[in-house]
Amino acid sequence: MSRPRSESEYLARLRPPSVAATGISRRGFLKGTLGAGAAVSLSSLLAACGGGDDGGGGGGSTSQEVTLGSNQSDAVPKKAYADMMAASGLTVKVNTVDHENFQENINNYLQGNPDDVFTWFAGYRMRFFAAQGLAGDISDVYGGLSGFSDAFKQASTGDDGKQYFVPLTTYPWALFYRKSLWQERGYEPPKTLDELVTLSKQMQKDGLTPIAFADKDGWPAMGTFDQLNLRINGYQFHVDLMAGKKAWDSPEVKKVFDTWKGLLPYHQKDALGREWQEAAQSLLKKESGMYLLGMFVGQQFPKGKEQDDLDFFAFPEIDPSIGTGAIEAPIDGFMMAAKPKNEEGSKALLKYLGTAKAEDIALKADPTVIGASSEADTSAYTGLQQKAVEFIGSAESIAQFLDRDTRPDFASTVMLPGIQTFLKNPNDIDGLTKSLESQKKSIFTS
Amino acid sequence: MSDLPTVPAAPAAAAVPRRRRGSRVRVTGTDRIFLALMVIVPTVLVVGWVWLPAIASVVLSFARWTGVGGLDTIQWIGTENYKNVFTIYPPFYPALRHNVIWLVFLFVLPTLFGIFLAVLLDRELRGTRFYQTAFFLPVVLSLALIGFIWQLIYSRDQGLLNAVLHTQIDWYGDSKWNLWAVLVAASWKHAGYIMLLYLAGLKGVDPSLREAAAVDGASQVRTFFSVVLPVMRPINIIVLVVTVIEALRAFDIVWVINKGTNGLELIGTLVTSNVIGEASRIGFGSALATIMLVISLGFITIFLATVMRGEGQR
Amino acid sequence: MSSATVTRSPATPAIPAKAKRRRLTPGRVVLYVFVTLTALAWLFPVVWAVLNSFRDYNYVSVHGYASLGGFTFKNYVDAWQQGEFTRHFLNSLIITVPAVLLTLFLASCVAFVVARFSFRFNLILLGLFTAANLLPQQALLIPLYRAYREIPLPLWMSDSGQLLDSYWGLILVNVAFQTGFCTFVLSNYMKALPHEMYEAARVDGAGVPVQFFRITLPLCRPALAALATLQVTWIYNEFYWATVLMQSGDKFPITSSLNNLRGQFFTDYNLLSAGSIVIALPVLIVFFVLQKQFVAGLTLGSTKG
Repeated sequence: MSRPRSESEYLARLRPPSVAATGISRRGFLKGTLGAGAAVSLSSLLAACGGGDDGGGGGGSTSQEVTLGSNQSDAVPKKAYADMMAASGLTVKVNTVDHENFQENINNYLQGNPDDVFTWFAGYRMRFFAAQGLAGDISDVYGGLSGFSDAFKQASTGDDGKQYFVPLTTYPWALFYRKSLWQERGYEPPKTLDELVTLSKQMQKDGLTPIAFADKDGWPAMGTFDQLNLRINGYQFHVDLMAGKKAWDSPEVKKVFDTWKGLLPYHQKDALGREWQEAAQSLLKKESGMYLLGMFVGQQFPKGKEQDDLDFFAFPEIDPSIGTGAIEAPIDGFMMAAKPKNEEGSKALLKYLGTAKAEDIALKADPTVIGASSEADTSAYTGLQQKAVEFIGSAESIAQFLDRDTRPDFASTVMLPGIQTFLKNPNDIDGLTKSLESQKKSIFTS
Repeated sequence: MSDLPTVPAAPAAAAVPRRRRGSRVRVTGTDRIFLALMVIVPTVLVVGWVWLPAIASVVLSFARWTGVGGLDTIQWIGTENYKNVFTIYPPFYPALRHNVIWLVFLFVLPTLFGIFLAVLLDRELRGTRFYQTAFFLPVVLSLALIGFIWQLIYSRDQGLLNAVLHTQIDWYGDSKWNLWAVLVAASWKHAGYIMLLYLAGLKGVDPSLREAAAVDGASQVRTFFSVVLPVMRPINIIVLVVTVIEALRAFDIVWVINKGTNGLELIGTLVTSNVIGEASRIGFGSALATIMLVISLGFITIFLATVMRGEGQR
Repeated sequence: MSSATVTRSPATPAIPAKAKRRRLTPGRVVLYVFVTLTALAWLFPVVWAVLNSFRDYNYVSVHGYASLGGFTFKNYVDAWQQGEFTRHFLNSLIITVPAVLLTLFLASCVAFVVARFSFRFNLILLGLFTAANLLPQQALLIPLYRAYREIPLPLWMSDSGQLLDSYWGLILVNVAFQTGFCTFVLSNYMKALPHEMYEAARVDGAGVPVQFFRITLPLCRPALAALATLQVTWIYNEFYWATVLMQSGDKFPITSSLNNLRGQFFTDYNLLSAGSIVIALPVLIVFFVLQKQFVAGLTLGSTKG
């Protein structure tokens, strides 16, 4: 990416003011949604309720204060969260922590003095804490919620069959492109891998980088792995692999890496020095043809004409017997602490947060996610959001993303550097997979 | 940098009033209590905050633990963590290599250059204050800040280096270059520090030694190598130890750049990324930490021996 | 180039500092030129940062770096606000001042005992303290981190309820680490104090506290000043412990907050320069004003005071 040549270009690179104005965080997208802003201002803004706890023990009531730990520290979503809490009818004190810190310290947070309710993600991460006894069982709340499909319910359920999670928003991972560019050049979304390769070759001839790519932070490339694995080996294999039940040096996994190696020539070069925001910029500037990322890629597009120009298609089919029914759509939502100070109030808050009404307020600020509930008001949705609703609604199975679907220590200390090694040297797949498998064995023993 | 040892007295230092050796002062009553407190409180702090954790790290390295849950969730697995570190952990050997490169680089370039500068500045130049200030300035900046400042030079699109060389290299992001880029920035700081230590040492060298050498007809270079350098032995050892410790502890600057990945792996960053955050591989991280400890203790012992020998002479 | 004669010539090794006038030989000119150029090169990165901090990003992106013009103070204002520097500087203050005072006090205590009396454990104590300073911090991270989580603190001392993510936690760990170095320096210094003084005081009936507070500490003022300067710089610059032991973003001291600035400043390097200069300013000021103390602190032991 070159230096922006004019002020408008520079401003265009900043996030649209309606969305996060500051704080590009490595994890910013995973929460995707809205947030309760920079720690200081919000806490002081909303801290009218004052400190101290309200009634010891697990009782509490809906008239007492409920505390909420939030990782949504970006400026604009934070306001949306504030609005959302204000409309709940309960007294909610929101404690915001910078999103990266929140995640990094979740272990301490939950074992120390957590808030009654806190933001988190569905998937293995949620189940991990539930199994450790760090989250409260909210099956009763869940029973009263409507609008969550089976896939969402499944994502909210712990290993013991009880629910621990209330979804708020979600967004799909897919291949994003600019409609105007594709119309201009006469490109069509490919349906199979071969078509994708042909299209990429055409794009190269036309002077574009076919697939934008960035992996400086290590996690974006996991998305590519997931899509390939889901297409080549199917949803069940993917889930088992994430759970440590399948071997990483199996021929199935090697096939995934082989296929990826074949596609690498069409990806943007030097990905390890580039952050995803830069790659998104190359999509915006029509230097790249498409980008495999979550819908938050839209945050890098100025609101209006550019954002409306964004469109996506599912990752193409690779194995006809598997098809394209499996997608990746991380779900953000809330959980309850194991021993909340105000249990009744927490459950009431969670019940509210699981309604479409709450989602609607949250979505006002961020058009790059959609509400998890099928009852969410879609009338104000942009074209992209509408498409996402349909995309997720019609999916056969939903994966959460590699680092949410597997053990966090495996994801961050093994997979992250492992994939980066692959990108630097795609030729030693045997060595890489063997290393991944032996490391996995050393971690998944417990 | 919190490890600055002082320059111990050069052998020809000014005479120190000798305390009558062997005069054991009798301490009584409340004095006893005070003395006890004066020793015990700081010792408890240092032992509790430094030495006990060090020992605990070693102990934990034989365990598997996620840190979630109480001490009863620890599983003891013997040397398995070490086996894993040495055999199946891909970033380990690169990190070790990088630390060694760090050490060699730091020694060959900034250390020797710092000594060279010290020798030059010892020549009684006009404006020596200015020169010293200039060279010493980076020492007061934190390494993390230095990483930031050099970003202006190293950035791919807006950095000075690429503008001048007309290249498009991402100095911090390309694993071919980033370690060297970081080392240059770290050396910028290290050289000034070594220079200062050495300069102080040089000023403490008895002038009569040099005059004697001059009278004997020795050239400057000869004088330095044959007369000054041997006398500076304690300082030489300190300089060496400091360089080693800095190389082992390197962390700040690579952490702010990319958290120690993609060519900037260091043992210090490996320990940290295995432990903080969600990863929480306590036992494994402790094994890495113990390796760090063992290596540093070797050098610390050398340092202590040198310094304590000086103490014993007092 | 040395001559066997005794005449003063620039090539002979240092003659005690009285001689200020030296003949400018070619060798000496080369020396001056080399040192001057090197010194300027050394200052360059900082100067470059300062220069850029005053330039407006929009101007620079259009006209390129080599241009002149587009000077503004806006970067400083923006950096200060976006980086929430007021809060972070306050945090640094809250951590640095108590830490330095505590370190110096505790170090003086131990140094006093070690210097004044020759107990058998003196050497061990000194060794223990000095080595503590040199251990790699990463190696101590895990047990400290966990222990910090376990140790409860009353809420008025730490709003997290634990030692983790509290100012006290950070202060204590800095003190523990820095005490070693200060003890070593101070013990050297105190050993050089004349013994007769203490004898006289003892005869006058002064106990240990009086000897310590009334006699030793005042005499150690130069050393203490020097060490204070050093410690302020080091603790202010301390990055590791603050990063790992603090969790709430708003409690970070200023140097660790750099981590959080990365994202915000990733496009605008002029903003980044301004931020860096602001952060560097306190130590730079300390350095310029108290340079003598700084240097003295590092070199104490070779010459007294």
